[in-house]
Amino acid sequence: MSNLEKYNAAFMECFELTEDKLTGLKYQDISAWDSVGHMGLIAALEDVFDIMFDTDDIIDFSSYEKGKAILAKAEYGVLF
Amino acid sequence: MTFEDILEIPPFSLNEEEKEKLLTERLAELTKLHQGKCPEYRHMLEASGFDVDAVQSYKDIPFLPVRLFKVLELKSVSKDSIVKTMTSSGTTEQAVSRIYLDGVTSSNQQKAMVKIVSKFTGSGRMPMIIIDCPSVVKDRAMFSARGAGILGFSIFGAKKIYALDDEMKLDVAGLKDFLERYKGQRILLFGFTFMIWQHFYKELLRLKEEGVAFDLSNGILIHGGGWKKLVSEAVSHDEFHKRLEAACGLHDIHDYYGMVEQTGCIYMECECGHLHASNFSDVIIRRPLDFSEAGIGETGIIQVVSTIPESYPGHSLLTEDEGVILGIDDCPCGRKGKYFKINGRLKDAEIRGCSDTYAAKF
Repeated sequence: MSNLEKYNAAFMECFELTEDKLTGLKYQDISAWDSVGHMGLIAALEDVFDIMFDTDDIIDFSSYEKGKAILAKAEYGVLF
Repeated sequence: MTFEDILEIPPFSLNEEEKEKLLTERLAELTKLHQGKCPEYRHMLEASGFDVDAVQSYKDIPFLPVRLFKVLELKSVSKDSIVKTMTSSGTTEQAVSRIYLDGVTSSNQQKAMVKIVSKFTGSGRMPMIIIDCPSVVKDRAMFSARGAGILGFSIFGAKKIYALDDEMKLDVAGLKDFLERYKGQRILLFGFTFMIWQHFYKELLRLKEEGVAFDLSNGILIHGGGWKKLVSEAVSHDEFHKRLEAACGLHDIHDYYGMVEQTGCIYMECECGHLHASNFSDVIIRRPLDFSEAGIGETGIIQVVSTIPESYPGHSLLTEDEGVILGIDDCPCGRKGKYFKINGRLKDAEIRGCSDTYAAKF
C-alpha cells in the first residue's frame, strides 16, 4: 500500500467513512471525529507509519489535509 | 487579547504585575462577550449594577457560584455550535452541572492543558497506564468529569492501557505485559486519588505479600479529584506518597486541582508540594464574611478565573472549596504565579470531585 492508501484507510476505518468523504474533512465535522475519535486516529496513524506524534502536532491535526502536511514534516518523513 | 496570544507565553513565566495586566484585559473581554451573548448572564450583571468598563482589575469582575450551572442552562453560543456537553461529577442523587462547549473552547481547553502539563512531564509522550476502567469514556457526546480528565491526559500517552476492568479489578497480567514491553522507559500513570488508593495501591500491596512485585520507579503519577475519603481513612498527602513508593517504587507524584466548569486550566502540584496557577487562570481567596480578598496565608473560599471559556459564562466562579495562598512568584521550584493549598470542601457543601463522589459508595 502507498502512504496515501494507508493514510486514507486509517481515516475510513476510524470514522467509518468512504473515500470520497475524506477531502476537506475537518475535526468535529462529523460526530465520529470528536476528541475520542481523534486519539483513535492518532494511534492508528502511529501504528501504520511507525512514528510518534508530538503533542503539538496532535493538537494542530485539524483536518484531513493538515494531517498530511504534518506527516510530511522532517521528523516523521511520511511523504505523499 | 486573544487566547492565541496567551498560548504564546510560557505558562509559568509571568510575574504578579504582568499577569494582573493580562488577566484583566482578557477577562474583561470575556465578560463583555458573555454579556452580549448570554441573556441570563447579562441580567445578573445588570441587576448587580456592574459596569465592565469601570473594571480596574480582574478581581473586580463578579463571580458566579459554581452551583448555578446545575440550575441554569448557561451558554453563549447557539445550540447547533455545541460539540460537547460536560457534566460535573456528583453522587447519584445530586444534580450535575452542565457545561456547553463549542469547537473553539473545547480545543483551547486541550491546548492550555498540554502547555501546563508539559512543564511537569516534558513534551515527549510516554507509554501510559490509566488507573481506571475503559467504560468511563464510552458516552462520547456527554462527558463526565472523570472521562474528560482521562481523555485530556491521554494526549501524553503514546501507548495506553487501562489498568482496571469494568468491575474495577486490577488487570494484573495486562499490567505485567505492559511494563515488560516498555521496560526502562519513563511511564505516565494517571488516575483519581481514591481509585488509585483503593484499586491500585491496595492491590499492589496484596500482590507484593504474595511475592508479585511491580517496579514503577520509572513512572510519573498524576492524580486528582479530591482527598476527602483518604483524609477520613487518615491517609495524608505524605502518607500517600510514602506508601506508594514503598509498594512499587513510584516517587514522582503530582496531585492536581481542577474542575469541569473550567476544564483545561488545571493546577498542578510541583516538586515542592504546592499547587500552581498558570497564566491561563488564577485563584483568588475570598473571606467568607464579605468576599473581600484574603491575604497570603489566610484561609478562605476559593474563586477561580479562567481565560478559556468563550461558549459559556464560566470565566469567573466561586467554588465550594476552601484554600489558602502560600505565596506569589517565589516558590522554590522556580515557577512564577500564585501557589496554594486546598484545605477541602466548605462545611455542608455537596460532595464532588471524581475521586470523592466515587468514594462515597465505600
